[in-house]
Amino acid sequence: MKSKQRLGQRRTLFIFLMLLPSMLLPLIFTYYPLIKGGVMAFQNYTLMNIKNVSWVGFQNFKDILFNTAGVDFGQIAWNTVKWVLISLTLQFTLGFALSLMLKKKFAGAGVYQGLVFFPYAVSGFLIGIMWRWMFNGSNGVINDLLMNLGLIDVNVGWLAQKETALVSCVIANVWYGIPFFTIMITAALRGVAPELYEAADMDGANKIQQFFNVTVPSIKSVLLMTVLMRVIWIFNFPDLIYSMTSGGPANSSQIITSYMMTLVYSMDYGKASAVGLLVIAFLAIFCLIYMAVTNYTSED
Amino acid sequence: MANNLNTRKAKQKTLTALKFVVLFIYLVVVMFPFFWMLTTSLKPSNEINGPVDYIPNNPTFENYINMLFKGNFAKYMLNSLIASTFAAVVATFCGILAGYVISRFNFMMKTPVYLFFMITQMIPSFIMLAPLYSMLSKAGMTNSLWTLALLYANMTIPFSVVTMSGFYAGVSNSIEEAAWIDGCGYVRALFSVIVPLLLPGIAATAIFAFMNSWNELFMAVMFVDMDKFKTITVGLNSLILKYNIKWGEMAAGTVLALVPTMVLFAFAQKYMIEGLTAGSVKG
Repeated sequence: MKSKQRLGQRRTLFIFLMLLPSMLLPLIFTYYPLIKGGVMAFQNYTLMNIKNVSWVGFQNFKDILFNTAGVDFGQIAWNTVKWVLISLTLQFTLGFALSLMLKKKFAGAGVYQGLVFFPYAVSGFLIGIMWRWMFNGSNGVINDLLMNLGLIDVNVGWLAQKETALVSCVIANVWYGIPFFTIMITAALRGVAPELYEAADMDGANKIQQFFNVTVPSIKSVLLMTVLMRVIWIFNFPDLIYSMTSGGPANSSQIITSYMMTLVYSMDYGKASAVGLLVIAFLAIFCLIYMAVTNYTSED
Repeated sequence: MANNLNTRKAKQKTLTALKFVVLFIYLVVVMFPFFWMLTTSLKPSNEINGPVDYIPNNPTFENYINMLFKGNFAKYMLNSLIASTFAAVVATFCGILAGYVISRFNFMMKTPVYLFFMITQMIPSFIMLAPLYSMLSKAGMTNSLWTLALLYANMTIPFSVVTMSGFYAGVSNSIEEAAWIDGCGYVRALFSVIVPLLLPGIAATAIFAFMNSWNELFMAVMFVDMDKFKTITVGLNSLILKYNIKWGEMAAGTVLALVPTMVLFAFAQKYMIEGLTAGSVKG
């Protein structure tokens, strides 16, 4: 009895010691700053007046939401909606289509996947640099290609014009995000039991009916999960915009998280933290609604 | 009937051919930006600012030489290598330990512990930049490669814990139970029996942590401004902030930043994809 108890204690100690190293750094460098940021959101914390920081209540939030910070928050929020929705829809549709083509393995499929999945491993910052150069208004290769195809007559300053800056960033983002969906959906498609298709064949279902009645229901949980993950991820993805346009011109390609970065770099930590808090609150609410609407649980 | 079968076969063939055409076009679309960066990096500046040519007329390594030897890019790459390697080693080691307990043991706080890692994984690191800065500058920890290495370890630990716990789930319990019966302690059983079985997964986790750290931008820009501590992303960032961007050098720097990623991805792609999809497919 005694030795069993001692064994239990040893087991508990073992579990604790195994978890400790992994929890130590996140406690110091993630959870503590998170709480501190929650506090800073209610202070006039800027690096300029670091000596007399005081409580300002909801002033930071008011400044941001009611545009007293000199930036049209409504426009930025609308940009964010467009950025997330258009990027997501195209990434998902194209990624899904590609998965259907990759489902059946063919000679060289491994190499092919290795090549087309590669963007997934590259940082958004570098991708942004590459596309910024391609979209360049005077020596850009995209202008050259479009002119050769006869689609435009004169060079277009894609990233320098209000009308085209955000769209250009979205195009780069779609290109960047397809591999994620393809990787996830291809794996899911290959996991669907072939018997299901055989049965559908016998019932005389054509390919399109099979797609909607066999394929989609079988991989529904993966589809719902990847979409949720990606919404959060695209929302929190200022990297590409940062290196392509820095949110310009005149905030026309600014999204909420890239706006937050400009606040951080202008050393207004109170407002930056307030935006951070808004982002976390918004995403938490979005997750809850998404799960309620789609009936999504991890056991699905 | 036979005729019908034939037309069906012909239709199938056309569809397959069409599929490969589409796949080929997509491959070109994916590869083109990389090709274009490489081409640009090999052009002298007069060709870059002239009309668009798809192959350099007078290929030169001038841009690379400027970046590596006239600029400080060799040093930046070394700094990135040090910080990312440190982070990868620490995060993978933490993942081996915590992932094991989470996947194998039942304990009271298991769900909160799992949530602890999931939440850190969901919250992007740039949300914490402002409070982190005020914290680290008070502690005198800015402008240090070690601070960056620690932050990268912190950034990659949650992912590596979650991924490793997924890999353990693929190994049967009976293996270490046999070792326990033979009188092995928990730790010895883990490192002498289980870990050797998981080496490919462990390598993939380490490579993933390394690549994420190698790619990191915002923290490095925020916490390092002395040249001798700059990483490759900080170096590229200061180039892109200039009013007149030298695209030849920029492209050379981008290619240099891409090379390690490319080598590691080619090496670990299969396992990384397994790690990424394992959790989701099992649901």
